[in-house]
Amino acid sequence: MLDALTVATAVAALALAAWCGWAAYRDQPTKDWHFIGMAVVTLLTLVQLVVGIVQLARGEKPEQGTTIFVSYLIGSFACIPAAGFMSLAERTRWGSITVAAGGVVLAVLQVRLYDIWGG
Amino acid sequence: MAATDKQPGRTRLIGGPGILLVWLYGVMVVGAVSRSAVQIATEFGKAPLAYSLSAVAGLVYGFITYSLVRGGETARRAALVCCAAELAGVLTVGTWTLAEPSAFPDATVWSDYGMGYLFIPVLLPVTALFWLRRSRAVTS
Repeated sequence: MLDALTVATAVAALALAAWCGWAAYRDQPTKDWHFIGMAVVTLLTLVQLVVGIVQLARGEKPEQGTTIFVSYLIGSFACIPAAGFMSLAERTRWGSITVAAGGVVLAVLQVRLYDIWGG
Repeated sequence: MAATDKQPGRTRLIGGPGILLVWLYGVMVVGAVSRSAVQIATEFGKAPLAYSLSAVAGLVYGFITYSLVRGGETARRAALVCCAAELAGVLTVGTWTLAEPSAFPDATVWSDYGMGYLFIPVLLPVTALFWLRRSRAVTS
């Protein structure tokens, strides 16, 4: 369950990065549709956070330690909203690039999460 | 943001490409600070030098992020100095980890020129130095 979510989130994050990268390439700021996309990816990370905590509560142990696992879950959850707010403040192509960078960062976090859980 | 808008006298450092820099520096702050905090709290004895260096890197990143967000000529100069120090740190520690791996039983943020962080630690200060120098050219 958690592994499938991690893979799905990583793919969604990369798709978001490509989409916002495309907007930046066309010299456009982030639009409503991009924010809906960010909301979808953030929802995935939220589900992942909840599922991760439920797994911990059921007594399963992440391979590389609970503290690191939980910090990465929280980091993943906060990543896209933070980039989204920054793109609201910067209504140019650079706002779009910031969200694209956020997507890449989230994908990297997901790879690390996969390792930390021991998938 | 609102605070900087009210003071037109201050050079805004986070317009355009600056916002991307702030974002990446912010990510590095969280990465370096939380990583070193966990490592220092749980296994400091294993690699004290590596963990201390990560903590210092986190502090430098934090200061640069704050300077960028604050804006103004003083902050710009301070950030410029810190970015130069950061670049020197990455190059020194990067070379050091390659030349003498035994000094580092565990990785730092700056090990192998920041390879574990997609080389962002070495690319970021170079980009920031260019950006901060350009910001002065625009305002003066």
